[in-house]
Amino acid sequence: MATLIQNRSASSGLVGSRASATKGRGVSVRPVQRTASDRTRGGNVVSPRRKDFPIFQERPELVYLDSAATSLKPKCVIDAVADYYGKYSANVHRGIYRLSEEATAAYEGARKTIQQFIGAKSEKEIIFTRGATEAINLVAQGWGSQYLKSGDEIILTVLEHHSNIVPWQMVAKKKNCVIKYLDVDDRGVLKTDQLSKLLTRRTKIIALTHVSNGIGVINPLKPIIQKAHAIGAKVLVDAAQSTPHSPLDVQYLDCDFLAFSGHKMCGPTGIGVLYAKEKILQEMEPFLGGGDMILEVTKTNSTWNEIPWKFEAGTPPIAEAIGLGAALVYLREIGMSTIRTHEKKLLAHALELLQKIPGVTLYGPCDPEIQAGVLSFGIDGVHPHDIASIFDEDNIAIRAGHHCNMLLMERFGIPATARASFYLYNTETDVEKLAQAVLKVKKIFS
Amino acid sequence: MNLYSSLIVDLSKNPVNKRSIPDANITGSGANVTCGDRVRMYAKTDAQGKILDCSFEGEGCAITMASASLLTEEAKGKLLAEISEWNSLNVFQWLGTELGPGRVKCGLIPLETLQEALKRHSPSAPRPQKRQALSSRARVSRAHAEKQL
Ligand SMILES: Cc1ncc(COP(=O)(O)O)c(C=O)c1O
Repeated sequence: MATLIQNRSASSGLVGSRASATKGRGVSVRPVQRTASDRTRGGNVVSPRRKDFPIFQERPELVYLDSAATSLKPKCVIDAVADYYGKYSANVHRGIYRLSEEATAAYEGARKTIQQFIGAKSEKEIIFTRGATEAINLVAQGWGSQYLKSGDEIILTVLEHHSNIVPWQMVAKKKNCVIKYLDVDDRGVLKTDQLSKLLTRRTKIIALTHVSNGIGVINPLKPIIQKAHAIGAKVLVDAAQSTPHSPLDVQYLDCDFLAFSGHKMCGPTGIGVLYAKEKILQEMEPFLGGGDMILEVTKTNSTWNEIPWKFEAGTPPIAEAIGLGAALVYLREIGMSTIRTHEKKLLAHALELLQKIPGVTLYGPCDPEIQAGVLSFGIDGVHPHDIASIFDEDNIAIRAGHHCNMLLMERFGIPATARASFYLYNTETDVEKLAQAVLKVKKIFS
Repeated sequence: MNLYSSLIVDLSKNPVNKRSIPDANITGSGANVTCGDRVRMYAKTDAQGKILDCSFEGEGCAITMASASLLTEEAKGKLLAEISEWNSLNVFQWLGTELGPGRVKCGLIPLETLQEALKRHSPSAPRPQKRQALSSRARVSRAHAEKQL
């Protein structure tokens, strides 16, 4: 049976206003400057944006419903990467020649774009990494090794992606720390009322995801961060699934660390970001040593470069950073609220269609107000991998498996789910094809 | 390509030899963690190493279930040494289809699990031809890729 929708609240949950954000639901943001396109487009579907993505010219039949794994790339991003290689390919921060200066300006310009995109105070707080995974490892290994002591406690949630569990287990083992997990209810909503019981004076950090990649539930970050700060604990937000899909403001959230990946938000692979408050970065020891992160090296000692470069050892992924900058300019142009509204509509439509199909189980809250464009489902008697294979025959790309969410699968008592996830290029037609494909699977296995 | 032939769908819904063998002398378990496929293989042999009965238990996708059903049928009456020689091509033949890189693991877990169990049972028996299985897998996926071009 399809899981029932529960109308949690009448709040629009629409991002972009403090009023909705302070209700603790929806994606938390401080009032942000809405761009002109945000206002004029309002709730219009963004589907005309499909033409910006060359892959649809190559494969017009493609129904891509796996953006939670990685997003497709618009032409402007592909061009930005090609331009770097074709027109001003040089190393950064080194050359005394114009080509290198141009590359440096583009690389640092991307950092500025990211700072503005997430509302950071200064671009010194933006560190380029290989992705969300490396960003979290930087904090677990860098900050964790420096500040965690034997007996200290780390709080995670059962919603976490493995990349926000394993690095903590590694440092916890080394430092003899305790990891505690905040549980969810049967709809996958965090039991925030149990947080007070988990928090102790030994809690040093809470690391949690903003949006679950497995079931799309949006966590109420603001009250959690306030509670953590009240007892002096730090908070790391895994924003890999939220930064691409809705407005976000790190100063409003007041998180200490925030991590995300470029490839899930129209950018290249191999680039991600760690945001951290300046004061923390100033006091933190570097994570990796090498070129660019030092001021001076002698036979016995080295001194560190300023932040953010202190944390960027070696030649960085220059083209990728520039590509990510281009992606953020592209997304900003469309407007993050517009994207959130679009995905909310697609999710509502998908919920409506799939809930009507007998034998379909939907996992997660099934409520677009507290769910991003990620929908995990199952079909009675059919393994998720078979669902994905049959979808693939009709050129519909979905994900099947545990989605690097084994704790959540364990919590729900299932080995795997099928997962459809939406982005700005998806249309209502894609959602309808999804529902038709579900019917086809049922027919094959009937 | 239509992977879901009526054979595969039928066997996934009504698997054969899906039971335990209490007096099996060869048993082994295998899992494909990413998919959540899990099988436990059972075989009972006579003194000459001939398989008298073969069965499996477990859960997983249609490909895994069908492959386990077919393998246990094929194995009956065969010598252990013969089974050690089987590879992905045998599995594709039984299933009546090749498996692409995304699904080949599902189809091979029952065979690989049984071969591992045989190896433990009689370490002197010829080792399962893992490498050969891999390379034939690579061949098949290459053929697969070419077909799709
Ligand atoms: C919630 C979440 N966190 C972290 C990651 C890891 O991102 P990456 O593999 O790009 O480092 C992912 C990617 O799937 C994710 O969905």
